Amino acid sequence: MSLITRRQALAGGASLLAAPAIIDAANAQSGFNWRRFAGERIEVSLTANPRSQILIQNQREFEDLTGIRVGSEAIPEQQHRQKFVIEFASGRPSFDVIGISLHVNKRQVGRARWTIDLKPMMADPTLTAPDFDFADFGAGAVAYSTQADGRMDTLPEFTDYFILYYNKEIFARANAAVPQTYDEMYETAKRLTDARAGQFGFVGRGVRNANVVLYTSFLLGTAQRDCVDANMRLLTDTPDAIWAGEMYKKMMRDTAPPGVAGFNWNESQTTFAQGRAAMWLDGVGFAAPLEDPTRSRVAGKVGYAVVPRGPANHNCCLFGTGFGISTASSERKRGAAWLYLQWSTNKTNQLRFLTSGAGAPARESPYRNEEAIRSSRFGRDFFSTLIESGRIAHPGLPEIVPVTEFRDTLGAGLTNTIGGADVATELRRATEAFRPILEQSERAT
Amino acid sequence: MPSSTTEAAHAAALTGAAADTVRRKRAYARHYWPFVVPAAVVVVAVIVFPWAFTLWMSMQEWKLGSGRSFVGMANYQRLLTDARFHDSILRTLYFTALAVVVPVVLGVVAALAFNRKFPLRGLARTVFILPMMATPVAVALVWTMMFHPQLGVLNWILSQFGIPPSLWVYDPDTVIPTLVLVEVWHWTPLVMLLVLGGLASLPVDPYEAAKIDGATAWQAFRYITLPLLAPFIMVAVIIRTIDALKAFDTIYVITQGGPGTASETINIFLYLNAFAYYNMGYASAVVVVFFALIIGLALLLLWSRERFKDGVR
Repeated sequence: MSLITRRQALAGGASLLAAPAIIDAANAQSGFNWRRFAGERIEVSLTANPRSQILIQNQREFEDLTGIRVGSEAIPEQQHRQKFVIEFASGRPSFDVIGISLHVNKRQVGRARWTIDLKPMMADPTLTAPDFDFADFGAGAVAYSTQADGRMDTLPEFTDYFILYYNKEIFARANAAVPQTYDEMYETAKRLTDARAGQFGFVGRGVRNANVVLYTSFLLGTAQRDCVDANMRLLTDTPDAIWAGEMYKKMMRDTAPPGVAGFNWNESQTTFAQGRAAMWLDGVGFAAPLEDPTRSRVAGKVGYAVVPRGPANHNCCLFGTGFGISTASSERKRGAAWLYLQWSTNKTNQLRFLTSGAGAPARESPYRNEEAIRSSRFGRDFFSTLIESGRIAHPGLPEIVPVTEFRDTLGAGLTNTIGGADVATELRRATEAFRPILEQSERAT
Repeated sequence: MPSSTTEAAHAAALTGAAADTVRRKRAYARHYWPFVVPAAVVVVAVIVFPWAFTLWMSMQEWKLGSGRSFVGMANYQRLLTDARFHDSILRTLYFTALAVVVPVVLGVVAALAFNRKFPLRGLARTVFILPMMATPVAVALVWTMMFHPQLGVLNWILSQFGIPPSLWVYDPDTVIPTLVLVEVWHWTPLVMLLVLGGLASLPVDPYEAAKIDGATAWQAFRYITLPLLAPFIMVAVIIRTIDALKAFDTIYVITQGGPGTASETINIFLYLNAFAYYNMGYASAVVVVFFALIIGLALLLLWSRERFKDGVR
C-alpha cells in the first residue's frame, strides 16, 4: 500500500493553493478571458468510454479555469444515440454539449440542424483561446466533422481506425509474417487455424449490424471503395462488393471460431484476449484492455499493424466522434459550451487519450510527443500503426441518414453468408431491400 | 268511477314516485360525478390518449429529425408485404409457445414434488425460487458469458460428459430454444409457486374416497388433482403467455435479435424501428397490429378456459 508522505502532502496542498494564481497568471499572459462565463452551468452528454472517463475525471480543471459548473453524463453508446435523438426531436434537449458518433449520426444531426456551426465562434478571438491551434487537428478528422454544406457542426474529438491486432507468440511459433494483403491474411489465418487445439487464425465481428464495418474494411481495398456513389446510389451488389463479401465469408467460415456469426466486438475481444485467435481486425480502442494483464492472457504479446492492402487500394476504416453544441441552448450557455469544447479537445486531454490507450486523438501533436510515447505502456508499433492508419483512413460507413437500417439490412445478409449462403444472392437481396429506404431518405433531404 | 279515480290516483302516485326516483338519481349523479373525474382523467391520460396518439402516428410518415406527413393506411399496407415483420410474428409465436409450455409443465412437476414432505424442503423451495428474484438484464449478461462457444462454462460441462459442444445463441437454428432455456430457468419458479398455492387449497375428501375405491396414484392425479388444479394452471398459462409475448430484455441483451434476424421477435423489430431507425409512424403501426394480436390471443385463452371448465363439469 502506498502512503502519501508529509512532503508530498505539503507539496500537493501548496499546488492547490497556488492553482488559482497560476490560472490567473496564465489568463493574464494569454490575454484571453476564460472566466467570461463564470457562474454559468452547462450539461454535457457523452457516450460511456475511456475518453469520456478521462474528461469527467479531469473536468475540475475546466471548472477551476472558467468558473463554469459542468454536469456530465456518460451513457452506453447505443442508448446514448437514442437518447439524444429523441431529446433533440423534442425541441428541448437536457444538454448543451453532445458527443456524436459521426459515422452514425453526422448526416441526421446535420440535416436537422440540431447543433450550431462552430466556425463563427472559432473565428471570434474573444471566444477562442489563442492556443486553441485549430491547424493541429488532422485534416481527415476535420473533414469528417464538416457537413456537405460547409458547416462545421461538431469539433473532432476522436478518430477510430480499424487496425490489425495479432498474437506475436502464435506468429513466432509458426514463423509467420504479418500479412500485407488480404489474400495473404487469409492464407496466414488458414495456416494458423487448429480447431482441435482451440486456436483460430482470425476473429472478427459476425453479428448483424456490427459486422458491416469488417466487410467495408475489405471493400475499401477494392477500386470501388465506397458503398454508395456520388449520387447516393447503392453499390453493394457490384463485382467489387461481391469480392469483399467473398473475402468476409471465407475469413469467417474457414478461419474463425464456430459461432462467430453471433460475435460482436466484445466476444471477439474475449477470444483474442484469451489467446484463441491469431489475428483480429477491429478498432484501435481495444489496445488498453488487451495490454491489461489482469484481463488479458496476451498482454505484452500483442502486435499492431495497419490493415492489409486490397487488390486495388490500401485504406482502413475511419470512424469518429465529434462534440457539438445544441442549437436549443441560450447564447450564454453556447459560449460556455464552446469553452468546454476547447478545453476537452485541448492538447493535454488529447495526449491523455493517446498515452492511456483510450483511442486515437483527433489532433496530430500527441503523435509527435516523443517523450510521452517513450514512457507509454504501449510499444512503438502501436503508435506507428496509428500514424500510418491516419494516412490511409477513409470513412468506413456511407454518410447517409438511415445508416443503422443500412447496417442491419446488409449485416443480416453477411451473417447468412457465414452460415453458407451465397454471397452474390445475399448482397443482391440486401441491396434490393435497402434501396427504397435510401431513395426515400435522399428525397427527404 | 271511484275505482277509476283510485286507479288514476294510483297511477299518478306511481308516476310521481318514478319521477321522484329519476330526480333523486339525477341529484345523486350531480353530486357525485366529480368524484369520478380524477379516475376518468387518469384513464384518458394514460390509456385513451396514448392509444389515440399511437393510432394517429401510425398514419404518419414520421422519421425523427425529418418532417411528418399524413399517409393514411400506407404503413399498414407496408406491413402486409414486409417479410421481416411476418418472420418476427412467427418467431414470437414459436418463442411464446415454448416459453409457456415448458415452464408450465416443469412448474407443475416441481409443485407436486415440493408439495410432498421431505427433509430440507423449505431450503430446497427457497433455492428453487431464487432465479425469479434475479434482475433480467443481469441474468441475461451472465447467461451470455456462459453461452460463449469456446470460453463458456456450458460447453465445458458438456465436454465433461463427452457431449459435443453446442453453439447455443450463436447459431440461427438453436438461438430460440436457447433463449427459452433462460426463460425456463427464470420463470419456472413462478409457475411452481402458483400451482403450489393451488395444491395447498385442495380438499382432502376426494382423495380419501378415491383411496377407498382403490384408485391408483396416477388415477388420483389424473381425475382429481389435475381438474381441481386446472384454474391455477390456467392462471399460470395466462401470466406466462403475457410475459413471453412481451419478452424483450433477455433477447435484446443476449442476441439483439441475431444471429442475422434469427431471434428477432416483434418486440425487437418494433424497438429497432422506433429507436434505431426512428421510423415512428411505421413502429406505431406495428404496435397497433401487435396489440390486435395480443387481444386475439387473450380471447382465445379465455375461450379455451371456458371450454375447459365445461369439460370438467
